[in-house]
Amino acid sequence: MNIKEYIELLFTDYTLRTITLGTAILGAVTGMLGSFAVLRKQSLLGDAISHAALPGIAIAFLLTGTKDSNVLLIGALVSGLVGTFWIRGIIKKTHLKSDTALGLILSLFFGFGMLLLTFIQKQPNANQAGLDKYLFGQAATLLERDVWLMTIVSGACLVVLLLFWKEFKILLFDSDYTKTLGFNTKIIDILITSFIVLAIVLGLQTVGVVLMSAMLLAPAAAARQWTNKLGVMVFLAALFGAFSGVFGTAISATQNNLSTGPVIVIIAGVFVLFSFVFSPNRGLLFKQIRFIKNRRDLQLHKTLTFMYHIADTHDNVSHPHTVKILNNFQGYTKGTLQKLVKRNLVELDGNMWSLTEEGYKTASNLYNQQNKTDE
Amino acid sequence: MSNAQIEIQLIAALVAIACAIPGSFLVLRKMAMISDAISHSILPGIVIGFFITQDLNSPVLILLAALTGIITVVLVEYIQNTGLVKEDTAIGLVFPTLFSIGVILIAKNANDVHLDVDAILLGELAFAPFDRLLISRVDVGPKSLWIIGCILIITITLLIAFFKELKVSTFDAGLAASLGFSPTLIHYGLMSISSITSVGAFDAVGAILVVALMIAPAASAYLITNNLKRMLVYAISFGVFSAIAGYWLAHALDASISGSITTMLGLVFLSVYLFAPNKGVIAVLYREKQQRTEVLLLTFLLHLKNHTEETERHVNHLNEHINWGKVRSKTILDLALKNNMIQFNKNIVALTEKGDAFTTQAIDYIITNEDGQIEDMKDDFFLFRG
Repeated sequence: MNIKEYIELLFTDYTLRTITLGTAILGAVTGMLGSFAVLRKQSLLGDAISHAALPGIAIAFLLTGTKDSNVLLIGALVSGLVGTFWIRGIIKKTHLKSDTALGLILSLFFGFGMLLLTFIQKQPNANQAGLDKYLFGQAATLLERDVWLMTIVSGACLVVLLLFWKEFKILLFDSDYTKTLGFNTKIIDILITSFIVLAIVLGLQTVGVVLMSAMLLAPAAAARQWTNKLGVMVFLAALFGAFSGVFGTAISATQNNLSTGPVIVIIAGVFVLFSFVFSPNRGLLFKQIRFIKNRRDLQLHKTLTFMYHIADTHDNVSHPHTVKILNNFQGYTKGTLQKLVKRNLVELDGNMWSLTEEGYKTASNLYNQQNKTDE
Repeated sequence: MSNAQIEIQLIAALVAIACAIPGSFLVLRKMAMISDAISHSILPGIVIGFFITQDLNSPVLILLAALTGIITVVLVEYIQNTGLVKEDTAIGLVFPTLFSIGVILIAKNANDVHLDVDAILLGELAFAPFDRLLISRVDVGPKSLWIIGCILIITITLLIAFFKELKVSTFDAGLAASLGFSPTLIHYGLMSISSITSVGAFDAVGAILVVALMIAPAASAYLITNNLKRMLVYAISFGVFSAIAGYWLAHALDASISGSITTMLGLVFLSVYLFAPNKGVIAVLYREKQQRTEVLLLTFLLHLKNHTEETERHVNHLNEHINWGKVRSKTILDLALKNNMIQFNKNIVALTEKGDAFTTQAIDYIITNEDGQIEDMKDDFFLFRG
């Protein structure tokens, strides 16, 4: 199947269209909210919340007996929130650190959820099959109304985000200052955490409990590399998230035996890797290039200084010397010599080199600066 | 109890011990989430190892998978060192990606691999006794029992041999380095043990229970004691207790064993969290309430000392002016009376000599704010204690 056919299919096939839309919206909203999680250093909170949501799903099913995804998601939401606030309680009231609290809630809630799930499986209720899709998610089970729900929630998120943009931003970067300005930081904090929980719960059906945290983090971490502005970062994260969703769905749809969730996560991971390496300001590649350039510059200057010291011992600055004396000096390469010649700082005549007037001046200035910084 | 039941409980208990030891150090070193990352990201290692060895219990597979765990740690540290993202983000990025690769590898080769993602997350302890180790056709017990037994022996040996080094580097990495133990070496040693334990326990109890068994007993123990040796002992006992109690819970509910062990761990942690002396939530809340009362009393005494006018020292004034409720005023007054700090004279309150001395000392403390000032007071008065 080539790309053109796939795109045609995208508009004609109900399932594919629904899934693609669903994952795209999901990616966008998690990317958006994930930016806040990443910047607040709460990256792993998403992981804990998504695991903590599992018992909620099981209890909702046990209580109502329906498999209606909305009911189950409300259960997930409640237990996700309980988990989140318990984590806070542990951090606040005891001397256990946040990583321990996160790991505790994550594993304990998940284990309890699994206990309930296996317990449900043994029950004589024909309706129970398929609850375990929440473990790894099954994008194929997305219905149009699920997508509508996602759209509504994303819309609400967007409205709240825009309404409280200033408050969110200031809380993110300077919470003490926010407090002194008279904002109720607790409420803003709860608001943003609740939305993060909501986004995670929405994604459970598609990506599953285990991989949901990556959906939250990866687009945001990728977006962070390209900008220092919060607005741009949120926008980029939403974009990356949406693209991961679309590409992930496309790849898993065209291959056999590939579940959508893991593929989306890997695509998001590729975005992150790409951003880590190629982003112009923070990226590893350009950092390395800058590093090498700086080192070359330094070597050039070292060579020049060395030459300056030699030239300084003669009355005539342009007195020629052999290249040989430079050989044992670490800053010297043929390349640096050529570069110096190119910059008109040094003249080369066969095997002899001599400093030009300009070269001498530059070198002496260099020397002065070095002296200054030494002091 | 049948033979299989005893074996299951034995395996569960051994896994609990093997996890509690590295777990305690992870919790103390604030690296609890690393265990979560490791337990997830060994999945691709296990799958690839399985392609090579075709045997889930082969030592080669365990080593390969443990290697993936260490690669995870190295990757997390590398990403963190680039300064592009924070440590927690680095963890959150690495392990889902590796886990996804594992899931996809399984899905793509579903026909050749007898691996089930559910089983890897949850393990199936109930089947562990059926996979037996035969040495020259003699049945010597379940394979998982031998594997986890070996890992446990290695862990305990290393723990005893390097206890001092572990202790110093955990609490003061700088001191450890200056004493000549390499913190890096110990760090990676701990990571290796955690990885190997995760892999060994994986097959029996699943990835999530490994995390629970590492963190929950250690965290519960940490709430009870500040002594490392005691913490290890408590953690091990909590782990073993939950493992055995969890088995019987699963037996009663006919549900997943690892799920119920985790639930038991959860209950243990919850009760410790609520009832632990000194550090439990109830103790903390009680202490906070007590401190609040003590501060109120101090405020009241200072007020008395500051004001000589009788109107300011009238009992009713407490309600009106300082804005305390009736109950609160009464508690404070009673408390002060009981400690002989004040005396009544027709509803006019006055400081006694003892109260006056106490208040003077308190003012000294407030002005200088030096701990030395209250050292003596701690013995003399109920205030500031604990």
